[in-house]
Amino acid sequence: MDTVFFYIFTGLTLISALCVISFRNTLSSAVSLVVCFFGLAGLFALLQAHLLAALQILVYAGAIMVLFLFVIMLLNLGQKEISRVKMAFLPVVGILLGVYLIAILVLDFKNIPVSFPPLTIDDFGSIKTVGRTLFTQYLIPFEIISILLLIGVVGVVSVAKYDREEGTP
Amino acid sequence: MIGISHFLLISACLFGLGIIGVICRRNALVVFMSIELMLNAANLTLVGFSRVYGHADGHVLAFFVIALAAVEVAVGLSILLTVAGHTDDIDTQKMRFLKG
Repeated sequence: MDTVFFYIFTGLTLISALCVISFRNTLSSAVSLVVCFFGLAGLFALLQAHLLAALQILVYAGAIMVLFLFVIMLLNLGQKEISRVKMAFLPVVGILLGVYLIAILVLDFKNIPVSFPPLTIDDFGSIKTVGRTLFTQYLIPFEIISILLLIGVVGVVSVAKYDREEGTP
Repeated sequence: MIGISHFLLISACLFGLGIIGVICRRNALVVFMSIELMLNAANLTLVGFSRVYGHADGHVLAFFVIALAAVEVAVGLSILLTVAGHTDDIDTQKMRFLKG
């Protein structure tokens, strides 16, 4: 049963990821990205990471994608397409590099024999286990992340309030 | 039987697709989405190895990566909006006014 779900979620993730980088319309790319995040959330759930699966949908598919869609709507570039490629060699180099990277990684990874050991704790990946690790062992990084979020908020506001006429923040 | 190598293969493919998107696409929004793909590939690896070793440490790191991605997208998109306000374009090949 798990195997069937694994292949369903894998197909969903990889095909929609391919759609993200190949669709010409930005809005279609954004919607494909949502599908990709849902597939990844399913894979997280198969790895017993239930809290992260929920967070993936809440934060990525909820918050980050709404931000993307807002910007797409605000920019309103639907009619004005990005001009067709003038530098023809860059995409070729990019695709070659990407395929080479994938080939190296796949050849390295495909012989790893590790299958998953049985779990020693019952509620592995639950909010209780992850929360206990987060607030004991990783308390200081957690606080630093909150400072990072604060810096992000201040930075976004200062960039957004930039006055174009006077040229001062 | 599904093992860690299957998840690593998916992660590798996602990361490669993200690289291809960053290099090939000229739409700055799609470049941001490709960066999200690469961050998610890293997350999948962290969660997979967390499952192998039975610790929650990988989950915590993946949680940090998600928070970092949220900040990165917010700051990046606000910069992108400012740039689009100046030039009315989000083509990465045309953003050359920071060049010295």
